[in-house]
Amino acid sequence: MALLQISEPGKSAAPHQHRLAVGIDLGTTNSLVATVRSGLAVVLSDEEGHALLPSVVRYLPGGNVTVGLSAQAQQSGDPQNTLVSVKRFMGRGVHDIADIGLYPYRFVDAPGMVQLNTAGGIKNPVEISAEILRALKIRAEKSLNGELAGAVITVPAYFDEAQRQATKDAATLAGINVLRLLNEPTAAAIAYGLDNAAEGVFVIYDLGGGTFDVSVLRLSRGVFEVLATNGDSALGGDDFDRRVFCWMLEKAQLPPVGPEDTRLLLTKAREAKEQLSTRSEAHITGVLSGGDVINLTLDNATFTELTQHLVGKTLAPTRKALRDAGIAIEDVQGVVMVGGATRIPQIQRAVAEFFKQEPLNNLDPDKVVALGAAIQANVLVGNKDETDLLLLDVIPLSLGLETMGGLTEKIIARNSTIPVARAQEFTTFKDGQTAMSIHVAQGERELVSDCRSLARFELRGIPPMAAGAARVRVTFQVDADGLLSVSAREQTSGVEAHVTVKPSYGLGDDEIAAMLQSSFSHAAEDREARALREAQVEADQLLATIRAALEQDGDALLDAAERDALESSMTALQSALASAERDAITHAASALNRASETFAARRMDASIARALTGRKIDDLKV
Amino acid sequence: MAITLTTAAADRVRKFLDNRGKGVGLRLGVKTSGCSGMAYTLEFSDEILPEDLTFESHGVTVLIDPKSLAYLDGTELDYAKEGLNEGFKFSNPNVKDSCGCGESFTV
Repeated sequence: MALLQISEPGKSAAPHQHRLAVGIDLGTTNSLVATVRSGLAVVLSDEEGHALLPSVVRYLPGGNVTVGLSAQAQQSGDPQNTLVSVKRFMGRGVHDIADIGLYPYRFVDAPGMVQLNTAGGIKNPVEISAEILRALKIRAEKSLNGELAGAVITVPAYFDEAQRQATKDAATLAGINVLRLLNEPTAAAIAYGLDNAAEGVFVIYDLGGGTFDVSVLRLSRGVFEVLATNGDSALGGDDFDRRVFCWMLEKAQLPPVGPEDTRLLLTKAREAKEQLSTRSEAHITGVLSGGDVINLTLDNATFTELTQHLVGKTLAPTRKALRDAGIAIEDVQGVVMVGGATRIPQIQRAVAEFFKQEPLNNLDPDKVVALGAAIQANVLVGNKDETDLLLLDVIPLSLGLETMGGLTEKIIARNSTIPVARAQEFTTFKDGQTAMSIHVAQGERELVSDCRSLARFELRGIPPMAAGAARVRVTFQVDADGLLSVSAREQTSGVEAHVTVKPSYGLGDDEIAAMLQSSFSHAAEDREARALREAQVEADQLLATIRAALEQDGDALLDAAERDALESSMTALQSALASAERDAITHAASALNRASETFAARRMDASIARALTGRKIDDLKV
Repeated sequence: MAITLTTAAADRVRKFLDNRGKGVGLRLGVKTSGCSGMAYTLEFSDEILPEDLTFESHGVTVLIDPKSLAYLDGTELDYAKEGLNEGFKFSNPNVKDSCGCGESFTV
């Protein structure tokens, strides 16, 4: 006998045609899957009742794969083939991973996304993530007794195009139809029903196992906008465990311990931390491999003191995010707590004190993101009347393209809400230019070499025209999932070319933070570099024009002395160019301009004369 | 003539209605479709229609249109778990035959 769920009025599905949809929180440490049953969002657990699936994949020789708790259990015994935190590698190359030395994996340095050599063969992060998604899909289909129509998968708000595309690819590989990618903070806000409020600014404080993210969202007219994000990719609940671990070593006067004892003590530290969320003190007892006995009592005051600076470390990015968003603390209408570590009372207190209000914490902080994704999936799949909830998100870093001289022309500015489309017209640089190379980049810096290259493509078949006559309209479009497509169209001839940005790798959050930082600190330097490049480009153009003119009319219009004078001005500009000194270049360029004035005037006269030769005055009347 | 809910089913319905934040009751019905002729419908209801028949069971208002009642009279609605799946289950004395999964039936 089939088990039925209660539908919204008029939304009953025909038999065997239930629109089954889930929300998936594909996390760095743990992943979850949730659905809406009879109107209520619930997280789906496995047969043993575990809601959290550790994001751990183990490859065994012969092609077998284990995912989750069973894989995690083998982590210390088989570290090279047991892959954790693979989300950090999504859409990234070997050179993007700063702390690559800290991982026990056998990385393969290939162009594009990083790959890992495992007992099951060479695997990339998309394939590894697909294993996690597949496990969640199987769990969901068992729980819902049918095939999934689709899923909403959450990603960090700062994920760039490459990382979002990699996440989508992983879902496709797992056989999941992605209804939409949703930013994690937005999902958390939806889980709390904040989308039902009229308007307001909300802060999502997400302290997970190993990462801290803070996002400022604005809800207006039923639409969410991510105003700003910030965080620390190397700060999480694990750091609190480590502080307790160090305190234990010190208190028990233990010598440095081996890996096995470290694991044991870290587990004890985590248990103590969790106990302190509901009790005033925790007893820590254990026996180490060398026979040393540990028997300690950790009280709340000591724990607070030990971890005070970690709490402080979350408040600095929070302050920055508010400043980026231009929001004062008094304007924040609600604060949502996400991530297991926000259960720590000290964090609750610090956040309440910082925002001068009690944070929202009545939903399980481990589950809110998955629950919000499930609610969104349920709407998207058509089980609820589509409200006017549009869920706008923002672009984390500006998108633009390379112009002459390696400069960046920003087309879509950072923090623009998506979906968005922007177009700008460009032209050809040289006479008779029939192709244009379009280099799409992401970042805030003035020089394209300091930004992240996303894609390159060529527009060919531009009819030969004078430099500056072609009109090439370049359109950047970012869809609701944050995926970018770029098209270029020459307006007079209609030739066009386009690319969907599916880059082999992109930027990480810390990289984004570093790039933003460097764009501020390098602003003056960048302006100078830009001015120099502009001078260089202008000088090159001037030289090319005069060279072409000399070839055409030099013999006819100039005598030897005049030609020598002009050519020596050209040589002067060329040597100034080689010096890369902006002032020298502009001086030499204006000198050349002056030196060529007579020649230019004569060419003008000559061409007018040519145009008039053999024509009657009447022909010239327009 | 009656439709009843088990206490387990009634508890769930109340919980789901509370979570939804609005609604006057639970609407049961049948519609013709599916591989075996007819199928159950189970929906939240925001209004009681003039032709509706209403039943009270463990504090839950059950609404049904007279045509559907002919096929559902005597039905008991239960809430059950089967493996990882859970949901509402119809025990309908009128059913002569149903498709393999029980989603559609003939009377």
